[in-house]
Amino acid sequence: MKQQRSEIAIRIEDITKIYGEGRGKVIALQDVSIDIPENEFFTLLGPSGCGKTTLLRLIAGFEHPTKGKIHLYGKDITAYPPYKRKVNTVFQNYALFPHMTVAENIAFGLEMLGKPKKETDETVNEMLTLVKMEDLKNRQISQISGGQQQRVALARALAPKPRVLLLDEPLSALDQKLRKEMQIELKRLQSETGITFVFVTHDQEEALTMSNRIAVLNSGKVLQIGTPREIYKQPSERFVADFIGETNFLKAEILGCANGVASLTLPSGKTVETNVQKGFSPEGTVNIVIRPEHATVVEDPAESLLQGRLINAVYFGTDMRYHIELESGETFTVRIQNNPDDKTSTQFLGTEVCIGLHKNAVQILKD
Amino acid sequence: MRPDNTTNHEVGLPISEVIKTASKKQEQRRWLLLSPALILLLLAASGPLLIVLVYSFLTPGDYSGVIWELSLDGWIQVIWQRDIFTGSIALSDAHLRILLRSIKLSFLTTILTLIMGFPTAYFIATRSKKRRSLWLFLITIPFWTNLLIRTFAIMEVVRNEGILNALLLALNVIDQPIQILYTDFAILAGMLYVFLPLMVLPIYSSMERFDFNLVEAGYDLYATRWRTMRRIILPIIRPGIVAGSILVFVPSLGAYVTPRILGGGKSMMLGNLIELQFGQGNNWPLGASLSFFLLALTMIFLLLYVRLTSKSAKSHV
Ligand SMILES: Nc1ncnc2c1ncn2[C@@H]1O[C@H](COP(=O)(O)OP(=O)(O)O)[C@@H](O)[C@H]1O
Ligand SMILES: [Mg+2]
Repeated sequence: MKQQRSEIAIRIEDITKIYGEGRGKVIALQDVSIDIPENEFFTLLGPSGCGKTTLLRLIAGFEHPTKGKIHLYGKDITAYPPYKRKVNTVFQNYALFPHMTVAENIAFGLEMLGKPKKETDETVNEMLTLVKMEDLKNRQISQISGGQQQRVALARALAPKPRVLLLDEPLSALDQKLRKEMQIELKRLQSETGITFVFVTHDQEEALTMSNRIAVLNSGKVLQIGTPREIYKQPSERFVADFIGETNFLKAEILGCANGVASLTLPSGKTVETNVQKGFSPEGTVNIVIRPEHATVVEDPAESLLQGRLINAVYFGTDMRYHIELESGETFTVRIQNNPDDKTSTQFLGTEVCIGLHKNAVQILKD
Repeated sequence: MRPDNTTNHEVGLPISEVIKTASKKQEQRRWLLLSPALILLLLAASGPLLIVLVYSFLTPGDYSGVIWELSLDGWIQVIWQRDIFTGSIALSDAHLRILLRSIKLSFLTTILTLIMGFPTAYFIATRSKKRRSLWLFLITIPFWTNLLIRTFAIMEVVRNEGILNALLLALNVIDQPIQILYTDFAILAGMLYVFLPLMVLPIYSSMERFDFNLVEAGYDLYATRWRTMRRIILPIIRPGIVAGSILVFVPSLGAYVTPRILGGGKSMMLGNLIELQFGQGNNWPLGASLSFFLLALTMIFLLLYVRLTSKSAKSHV
């Protein structure tokens, strides 16, 4: 985790974006504030239509905010046209210039910045090496594959050495295998160039594996910002917990809360303690989440925190998923890693099982 | 057939030969498909053209038609005239003026329709799908009325007692009706009106296929509006501009109806001059020579234009 204080590359300050007017208006973003430090791989994650592209387009300058400000390294760029902002975009459909070669595409931004020919040529070659496309520099865009176009789009956007690179679902058009390759490639490019990346995706796994930090968006609002670990382990709202990974939702009664530890009563009547975030003191009836892999099936009834009847056991290769119907009627999923000697567990179907929980498995939601 | 993919033993031919024969057959079938159009072209275009070519080398008949007597007079008279009394030859002012007017007006028509048509096409192409068809529909409405009627309507507007002059008089902008009808300006206005859709439609069709994300990509890579237009939009939609310019320039050079009505006898263009020779002028060989001259002129301009535009496209990239 980063310790040194780094400069803020992008500051999004209280941005609201409304498309259209009157009855047809759409609130695409509402009171969004995000600080993105220099040299970070920052991801905007959310379902389709939540406003990710809109936020990226506001940073690039293709749209203007209805309210709020955007700062680039401390400078207010809200009123700047796109060609005056030192940020570059990798478009979702690549948007490569079809009448130019690979090298001409990459050189375009440098030419527009008025760089001398020699410097431009050097940078183009450097970029071609960076994305491993040296052999195809004189190809026409129509003569290269989708994956290669993706690389050219990246090289073209990186060539002018922008202060921030914006990427709008750049991998969504690639097939699974290529996608995994490009994920690694993107991580490498980010650390090699040191350029701040703002990456948009609706794929939670992609977000978790690639990012330094993630902002989860829904319906134009930022729900939570944090590292992948924080987002996964301590989702603050139901939507975040549900959108990222698998999870069990239950209700619980708070007994008390002190020094960042809350004790609560589970639906089974058993009591557990769990950490809560600073400044959050839940009370009364709350919603809690428990990740399936943070629970386990125990033999000893004394260790049991929840009980139920095993209704289904699904083999997933790396692990087993047990679906257990709790006494309260909800279905609870437990996920247990398989080992070499695992045997079929179908003979236990219909029997009563006891569920144990790892320490801090219970996460209290704010909503 | 044996499942052998290298040699066809039954006919003893290597597969590549078999494929060649097959494609030859396909080729023949293609020609067969083309033949109706080809025959029509031969009969309707080449035949008459040949007749006109032959006529251009004959002698005018006394009242009309031609006498079968070889003469180069038709060709000479395209830009020269023979003095009736002395028989000496001098450049024909009248013909040269008509020629220059034709070229000038066609150029102006092409350039002005381009200047007006380009933003129009851009406007339509950037509307929503539904709106686009509405605008295209509006653009094509003039085609529904006969050209003659539309041209007479323009005449009504611009003539001395017409609406335009009446309006200007009423507003005290002028105190004498201005002569618009039978001037080059009237012809130009009429041609602009007639040819504008022919410029808009091809440009629109190449713009419709244009990916407007490329404009944003241009802005994103530090290109100003003007440079995005010059370096990205123009080169990509160039085929539409070339097509539109040809579609406007070629028929304007040979325009007949518009200059006939709006130019009267005073402002003639090549088309009217040709018609004159086959009618009142009674000089078919000259008419035929002028026709061929017009054809050659058109070809030269087309070649120049295509040469010019493809070269400039290369130097841009
Ligand atoms: N140009 C636009 N005009 C009107 N509404 C728009 C426009 N662009 C986006 N929207 C709306 O704004 C919302 C957010 O869109 P977007 O930012 O594209 O979401 P995402 O990229 O997360 O899928 C959606 O409801 C979308 O329909
Ligand atoms: Mg999007």
